[in-house]
Amino acid sequence: MSVTRTGPLPAGEAAEYDVVVVGAGVVGSAIARALARHPLRIALVEAADDVGDGTSKANTAILHTGFDAVPGTLEARLVREGHRLLGAYAREAGIPVEPLGALLVAWDEQQRAALPRLAEKAERNGHRTTRLLAAEELAAREPHLGRGALGALEVPGEAVICPWTTTLAYATQAVRSGVDLHLNCRVEKVRPGGPYHRLVTRRGVLRTRLLVNACGLHADAFDALVGREDFTVTPRRGQLLVFDKFARDLVRHILLPVPGPLGKGVLVSPTVYGNVMLGPTAEDLDDKTATGTTAEGLAGLREQGGRILPALLDEEVTAVYAGLRAATGQEDYRIAAHPGLRYVTVGGIRSTGLTASLAIAEHVLGLLADCGLDPGPARPLAPVRMPNLGEAFPRPYRDAGLIARDPEFGTIVCHCERVTRGEIRAALASTIPPGGLDGLRRRTRARGGRCQGHHCGAEVRALFGEAAREEDGKRAAR
Amino acid sequence: MTRTVDVLVVGAGPAGLAAAARLAAAGAGRVEVLEREAAAGGVPRHCSRPGFGADARGRALDGPAYARRAVREALRAGATIRTGVSATGWAGPLTLDVTAPTGLERVRADAVVLATGARERPRSARLVPGTRPAGVLTTGELQRTVLRFGPRRERIGRRAVVVGGDPVARGAARTLRAAGVDVVAVVTGLPSPAVAFAGAPVLVGAVVTELLGRGRLTGVAVRGGDGRTTVLRCDTVVFTGDWIPDHELARARGLPLAPGTRGPVTDRDFRTAEPGVFAVGNLLRGVEPALVAAAEGRAAAGAVLERLGGRPWPAPGVPVTAAGPLRWVTPGLLGPEAAPLLVRPERRLSRPVLTVAQDGVPLRRERLGGTLVPWRSVRLGPRWTSGVDLAGGPVAVDAEE
Repeated sequence: MSVTRTGPLPAGEAAEYDVVVVGAGVVGSAIARALARHPLRIALVEAADDVGDGTSKANTAILHTGFDAVPGTLEARLVREGHRLLGAYAREAGIPVEPLGALLVAWDEQQRAALPRLAEKAERNGHRTTRLLAAEELAAREPHLGRGALGALEVPGEAVICPWTTTLAYATQAVRSGVDLHLNCRVEKVRPGGPYHRLVTRRGVLRTRLLVNACGLHADAFDALVGREDFTVTPRRGQLLVFDKFARDLVRHILLPVPGPLGKGVLVSPTVYGNVMLGPTAEDLDDKTATGTTAEGLAGLREQGGRILPALLDEEVTAVYAGLRAATGQEDYRIAAHPGLRYVTVGGIRSTGLTASLAIAEHVLGLLADCGLDPGPARPLAPVRMPNLGEAFPRPYRDAGLIARDPEFGTIVCHCERVTRGEIRAALASTIPPGGLDGLRRRTRARGGRCQGHHCGAEVRALFGEAAREEDGKRAAR
Repeated sequence: MTRTVDVLVVGAGPAGLAAAARLAAAGAGRVEVLEREAAAGGVPRHCSRPGFGADARGRALDGPAYARRAVREALRAGATIRTGVSATGWAGPLTLDVTAPTGLERVRADAVVLATGARERPRSARLVPGTRPAGVLTTGELQRTVLRFGPRRERIGRRAVVVGGDPVARGAARTLRAAGVDVVAVVTGLPSPAVAFAGAPVLVGAVVTELLGRGRLTGVAVRGGDGRTTVLRCDTVVFTGDWIPDHELARARGLPLAPGTRGPVTDRDFRTAEPGVFAVGNLLRGVEPALVAAAEGRAAAGAVLERLGGRPWPAPGVPVTAAGPLRWVTPGLLGPEAAPLLVRPERRLSRPVLTVAQDGVPLRRERLGGTLVPWRSVRLGPRWTSGVDLAGGPVAVDAEE
């Protein structure tokens, strides 16, 4: 087990794997973790300098029930299973989840008329607990809702989750269970062969018997390296606004739009960090790197958000960001085994990938067996317990016992998010340490609050620099 | 564990330290100041320029010297200053939850003085579109970077754009230059800059429309006064000014905020709506000079002592609001005694006529000599508020040119 970020990859036998998973997003990390149960040599290879650095870090952070999936699809099944698996895993691994339930709010007659059909669809997807709410009950449940809400469909079971901790928990557990994680390691060429495929990466050559493509937005480009052209990924940009924690009391549920002919609309949702999120936009683009926000996008979101929850607009905006979903023009995942190539493509994992990740991983294990993988006996994974980033669970700055053991947990560095020096030091020394300040933010919330580093930016950079210097020192000593 | 003190001051900046010094000297008992940063002194610690008054011999003080003196005076008067200690919330009226390296505490006080200061809005709160690269700062983060690492270009960047046109922006430009960073341009929405920016081109009537670059900032797109958009190549952008009070504790206690300032509403003597809780300094309205904030801290001491002496909390008084081209006015409440007003215009006003009116009836109307500017407040003496009817409606302060 190791994590490498720089320098040449290991050579010889150390570079020979049974399975290489390309792409360390939430899906690739889940697959690597599932494989790590077996006595196999596994590598998880990632082009970016951190896990979960693409679509997995910039999404709506919802653990879906799959009530609105297209019944009968692979996605519908894997989302339903994934919701159950991830809910249980989150409790075990310390991933913050808040089961707030969702309300699909109808703002016009057409939307209200659509609610019973959505309830029916939910039932076909195995969700029998939805309930229609009249306007009065809706107003009592969400007193800050804007004028004109006609009713809602309640979907219990919809939850908010920390997407950063989820990916990191999978990857951490995979690494602790023996997986090699190679970061900054873009695969540039694939030379299929037997018994080993050769992967030419920016940092050297890897050899593997079986290959998994979990490249997210780039799954089509990776397919092309292997000689497949089955689908095209069209990035769909979602811009989001995150409002100040003072907005949190304005909303109790995940407020989902009713899909209609005019598009999907936007959602308003609490986050596990105690903020309120508004978005996403849905813009089909050509550029797979276009993760910028736009003036039109943000203005449009504010206009829609102001109708849903008028008081939201009085609060400060803490963060603006955009993520890209991997749309393929098909209302389902594009997961396919290519036994002749000993290769599995896990493509078209759209906005439900976070929820479905654990179920996708189990499904992919089956496909790898179809491609000739003999996984051998299963054994328990190394345990993992992630630092809590959620407001609904105890945080270190309020933990008297922890502070008594280590006063560093009583020293708050990031005041907006109440992140202590102890947490920052622990993240910097963790199994998969962050590659930069953004990675540190995703592990601790430091610099992620309302001041965005105005108060703590310099101090956090100093702590990061200390850790980097120590690491350099250790490397030089080796 | 719960401890009890006579006065708990939250924030060891100019206002908090001045209040603590005056109260301790006046025999208020145990006066404790909580400071979440590792050092006391507040924002002046990062401002190595003159403009912070003078010492006893008349020599001009810079920010750090001023901060040291303020800390010394509070300690000498007998106040306790605890640094690296955070007040994280309220456990009850006049009782704060505190996190410190020594553990968790509850501190109860007979009077709580909130002096938590203000911050600049970051890029996100200003809704500036684009990517999220490194190299995007506020003046505060820039100054803290220099304080932490020294004036070293490699810790900041090579080419910077400064957004803003007032004295804070000039301070940012000077800090950048002193660290060896080129100031490529100053971008201001003002029709003309408030101050001179030696050596840097100033784009007036201009707005940053997009941040560019992945990983590190590579440039900012700017729409000029003529409507044309250009890209300025830079690896650093500093967003200056646009202050918002750090009102977290005030709001957590449910104190009403003034819409113009986003600070807690107080009366002339800095009493908030909550009996025993006072608010002073830049928490009230964003940034005023340190000397103004400190004067407020001292001025609040009288009412704090009255509170300790058992005087009942007065009725709230009559609300005061800013109207027309005025952005805000403080205090937000007027009591039986006439009070001076601090007024901030939204835009430049040349020789404006100011009116203080209650229920539409002018109490006073007067033309001011000179020009009001949006980056400086004007103080109206207590005569402007004499004759307010405590049984009447809100008082409005308005201006016209």
